[in-house]
Amino acid sequence: MISRRTVAGYLAGSVALAGVVLAIGWWQVDGPGAAPAAPLRPLPLSEMSFSMQDQNGAEVSPGGLIGKPSLVFFGYTFCPDVCPTTLSDISTWLTELDAGAEQLNAVFITVDPARDTVAAIAQYIGYFHPALQGWTGSKAETDHAVADFRASYTLGEGPDYAVDHTSGVFLFQADGRFAGVIDLHEDRAQAVAKVERLLQP
Amino acid sequence: MKRHFFALFLAIAASFPSLALADQPGITVEQPWSRASIGDSRPGAAYLVVQNTGTEIRVLTGVETDMAMMPQIHRTTTDANGVSQMAPAGEIEILAGESLTLAPGGLHIMLMRLNQPLVEGESYALTLVFKNGHNVDISVPILGVAARGPEN
Repeated sequence: MISRRTVAGYLAGSVALAGVVLAIGWWQVDGPGAAPAAPLRPLPLSEMSFSMQDQNGAEVSPGGLIGKPSLVFFGYTFCPDVCPTTLSDISTWLTELDAGAEQLNAVFITVDPARDTVAAIAQYIGYFHPALQGWTGSKAETDHAVADFRASYTLGEGPDYAVDHTSGVFLFQADGRFAGVIDLHEDRAQAVAKVERLLQP
Repeated sequence: MKRHFFALFLAIAASFPSLALADQPGITVEQPWSRASIGDSRPGAAYLVVQNTGTEIRVLTGVETDMAMMPQIHRTTTDANGVSQMAPAGEIEILAGESLTLAPGGLHIMLMRLNQPLVEGESYALTLVFKNGHNVDISVPILGVAARGPEN
């Protein structure tokens, strides 16, 4: 027969154990040990509903990209470091593609439409790979685009404002499904491999 | 691991012919380059490697150049959500025997309020300002708008 004391001991032990397990769980999930929340996935291109103007002033929308794999990057032309670097990277990938750059869509979307007019964006992307498109729109259209991609941006202050923005390159399959991101500091060979994978049937 | 990368980096850096070399007591600057600007309304950027070959810590406090009214050293950082932002880097310490790399996507010299466009093929004078008053003058070659590094 188990004494009352033993039962009480087991009970106290169980409660203490449960407490420790809960504490560990909290630490890992919500506490300081928590992994940073993964960014949300962009919508498929087919479910995005914004429209903008391209570098020629033509009306464009994400649905129009379906049919070829796509690379999409947010930035602004007054960006001195990240944007020219990423656009150069994309230009290099396009040049290095075995299948040829015309097998892909590569789109630069500005998060600074106040300064990046159609003319400004056309001039800017002219310095990079000729297959690059540059899209701009109203503030509302820009916010809509950023929301559909689950991206974000914050305009700085003052006359020389900078813009914080999502800097990865979004990848989409030919059918418009999201296929991943190439980060700013990703190795060049790895980036090209990711782009090549998009082109595989 | 880190040390290996550093050694590899030094080996690679040493294998490049230096575009400009400034030799002030204990400071060597290698591979400076700048991107051409589109007009003069957008900020420019410059990159380089500063080596402290001396025996004392050196503190880089800023840069000066006639090309821009507000030249500053900025740092680009990217958070867990993939959002990149730039902020003034403040004073940067370079330990004796160490080097400081300003490269795309990280530390860079930001040339705000250009006085004139940065024209590909030209070069301009830039001064690295150190806390101990021993500043270093260099010449920065201007590469294309789409340049990715000192070699292209």
